[in-house]
Amino acid sequence: MIRLTINGKTHNVDVDPNTPLLWAIREQVGLTGTKYGCGIAQCGACTVHIDGSPIRSCAIPAGAAAGRKITTIEGLASGGKLHKVQKAWIDHEVPQCGYCQAGMIMAAAALLQAKPRPSDADIDAAMTNICRCGTFQEVRKAIHAAAKA
Amino acid sequence: MNLNPKISRRSFIIGSAAVGSGLALGLRLPPFGPAVVRAADGSPEIGAWVVIRPDDTVVVRVVRSEMGQGTITGLAQLVAEELECNWSKIVIEYPTPGESVKRKRVWGDFSTGGSRGIRTSHDYVRKGGAAARMMLVQAAANQWGVPVSECSAANSVITHGPSKRRITYGKVAEAAARLEVPKDVKLKDPKAWKVIGKPMKRLDTANKVTGKQVYGFDLKLPGMLNAAIKECPVFGGKVKSFDAARVASLGGVKKVLQVGDTAVAVVAETWWQAKTALDQLPVVWDEGPNAKVSSASIAEQLKAGLDAEQAFVGNKEGDAKAALAAAAKKVEAVYAYPYQNHACMEPMNATARYTPDKCEVWVPTQDGEASFAAVLAASGLPADKCEVYKINLGGGFGRRGAFQDYVTQAVRIAKEMPGTPVKLLWSREEDMVQGRYHPVMQCKLVGGFDAGNNLTGLHMRLSGQSILAAVRPAIVEQQKGRDPLVFQGVADAGEHSIGYAFPSLLVDHAMRNPHVPPGFWRGVNINQNAVFIECFMDELAEAAGQDPVEFRRKFMAKYPRNLAALNAVAERIGWSKPAPAGMFRGVAQMKAFNSFVAAACEISVKDGNKVKVHRIVAATDCGYAVNPAQIERQVSGSFVYGLSALFMQECTVKDGAVEQKNFDTYQSMRIAQMPKVETIILQGGGDTWGGIGEPTICVAAPAVLNAFYKATGKRIRTVPLKNHGIELV
Repeated sequence: MIRLTINGKTHNVDVDPNTPLLWAIREQVGLTGTKYGCGIAQCGACTVHIDGSPIRSCAIPAGAAAGRKITTIEGLASGGKLHKVQKAWIDHEVPQCGYCQAGMIMAAAALLQAKPRPSDADIDAAMTNICRCGTFQEVRKAIHAAAKA
Repeated sequence: MNLNPKISRRSFIIGSAAVGSGLALGLRLPPFGPAVVRAADGSPEIGAWVVIRPDDTVVVRVVRSEMGQGTITGLAQLVAEELECNWSKIVIEYPTPGESVKRKRVWGDFSTGGSRGIRTSHDYVRKGGAAARMMLVQAAANQWGVPVSECSAANSVITHGPSKRRITYGKVAEAAARLEVPKDVKLKDPKAWKVIGKPMKRLDTANKVTGKQVYGFDLKLPGMLNAAIKECPVFGGKVKSFDAARVASLGGVKKVLQVGDTAVAVVAETWWQAKTALDQLPVVWDEGPNAKVSSASIAEQLKAGLDAEQAFVGNKEGDAKAALAAAAKKVEAVYAYPYQNHACMEPMNATARYTPDKCEVWVPTQDGEASFAAVLAASGLPADKCEVYKINLGGGFGRRGAFQDYVTQAVRIAKEMPGTPVKLLWSREEDMVQGRYHPVMQCKLVGGFDAGNNLTGLHMRLSGQSILAAVRPAIVEQQKGRDPLVFQGVADAGEHSIGYAFPSLLVDHAMRNPHVPPGFWRGVNINQNAVFIECFMDELAEAAGQDPVEFRRKFMAKYPRNLAALNAVAERIGWSKPAPAGMFRGVAQMKAFNSFVAAACEISVKDGNKVKVHRIVAATDCGYAVNPAQIERQVSGSFVYGLSALFMQECTVKDGAVEQKNFDTYQSMRIAQMPKVETIILQGGGDTWGGIGEPTICVAAPAVLNAFYKATGKRIRTVPLKNHGIELV
């Protein structure tokens, strides 16, 4: 049994501690907004925040996340109000298929937390997520817009 | 025009008898005609495409699949334009393939590929919207007892001009649904469009930023189990044996089974348990006849076709071979294009529940009907006992349309566990090695010049794999062995015709089909053909001592729309003036999926191999632009797909299997490598609309390759550029 604190709620999860956090979140806790894309920390679709930092949840064992503060895409909005990154994503119509966007948004939210006014170079360095639809042009615009919001 | 109540022979007979035996027989008799067709919530259908709810919600039926390209929004705009409805009241509903079969395909083709979503359905969906509007207005006129000609509709409200009476669609929907669907429907002149052509916001954004959107991977059903699968990595191979006992007792494992002749699967409580067990499952493969095939042997096979006697002709103008024989000067080059995987962000998956009475499948699919056909075949059940529920796609790009292998697998697994829903998810590794790959192609081009340095003839010999031979063999058979699709972009006629009139031209294809299964990959054969013809045009221009744009223009007088696209990008990039210091430019143009496309780019190159693509100007003439904001996104997005392919992506074959198993060895562009894309939308009109999702992808690669030559003096003729030590930065 592992104790996972996700989006402010504690879950006692009956899972092999070596199970990747991604799959514990999806299959034991039942939050499917966090996506599987590669399983080897390449694509970033599984990005969540652990103690505020963006982490690729496919590459960290669930056991290692026990007792830490985990935020998923479902917990990004607070008090019924969308996070400014989510709002910018809607305003700029960033998503195409949308599958990678939860990870993209979590990475962008963490970037803005660390650098409230990121430069293009900051965005290039922080946003290493893969998007096969190719939404990058809108991602960049939306991050800048969220920074000003 | 007055619309009449529906009169069928049956309803007439019942209606005539209503006073007598009809009621006694317990028949439910509507005031006019037969029963109204109703949506699941009971709201009436106003023709097949529109349902109006009492609260004025407008439900638009869409059977094409939304995989990010914006199709549902564009199709809704087409319906809304003619329906004159309130845009903010629109919701989308996907009829199922099973319903479509029952209703004799009333919604037409479900297939969502070939950039056809809008261009081949605009006519009938607009007519569906117009017919519904006519029925609603007629119903209001009937209610008021006024001539329909005195009534008009706007924003979901019908107004009687003389009396100023108003009523909303929701109030007359029941009455409208009882009217005959009009057949004689006149569509608006495009000049009068108010919704088509506007950058309406996508209808499907909100759930994609909160994690609420449910993709196939995310589906949950009561009592559902999860399956992981491994198919023989050598194409054409089979399962010889596997030791189920070794993993049967691992945590959560419910079943270990063979799937068809070629695959093994583990079913477990969770997918992670299934995958973990599958990774440990000892499997012996019978690798079959292809176990020694390699990329090198495939390349040799194709190379032999470059000079082969036998070839299928795709385009012939004059006598190019004679012109080349008589040429004072010849230019020759050989190009090559590799296997590539679609690599959708969401790997292949399908969920199936089988009982002898019903087989149901939930699947992210580009073609609900193709999925349905796969369910029928795999379940062995008749059509009225099968159903497919389309679910959101995490990318498609051609992998999820013609190919339904994952559906077949899911049904076969579910059939072994009747009554239990089983969700089959492919790992990324499975997705990479079981693709339906962009086919391999080599191309030898020879251009001839006379003594005055005028181009007299061009021979373009393609040698390589036919998608249709593998996927649509009936078409190839009908063409006596020829695959017409390999000539996309250089064909003599049709939606992929060449945009140059050369003094003589021969395009032919030596078909060479390796064992690796080919597929339709965003853009399909225009990707390699654009590299071949458009890079070689630059080679010819150089041989002729002319500017690449000027050289092209000389052969484009008969192709004004191709020329307009080329001119648009040349002008925007400033082709007539020198490039900024350190910048180098390239262009390309093509006709694809009935759109005329061109690109001009600016790149810089550091250390001879680090390429920065600063800017791409792209023009697309699709005839009519339904949603310019989404067109811009498709164009810039397609370049991410196309430039990833150009610089980074190749599926190599070793011992009969694909070597790249994940994004570490099969890379894809990141935001840092993204050029600034400026999209120019041209609207040349015409009767035949052009596509958007694919066409423009093909011009980015040759434009960048041509610019790379300008920058370095090196002609790169084989893709991907990583094989030449060149990287995108």
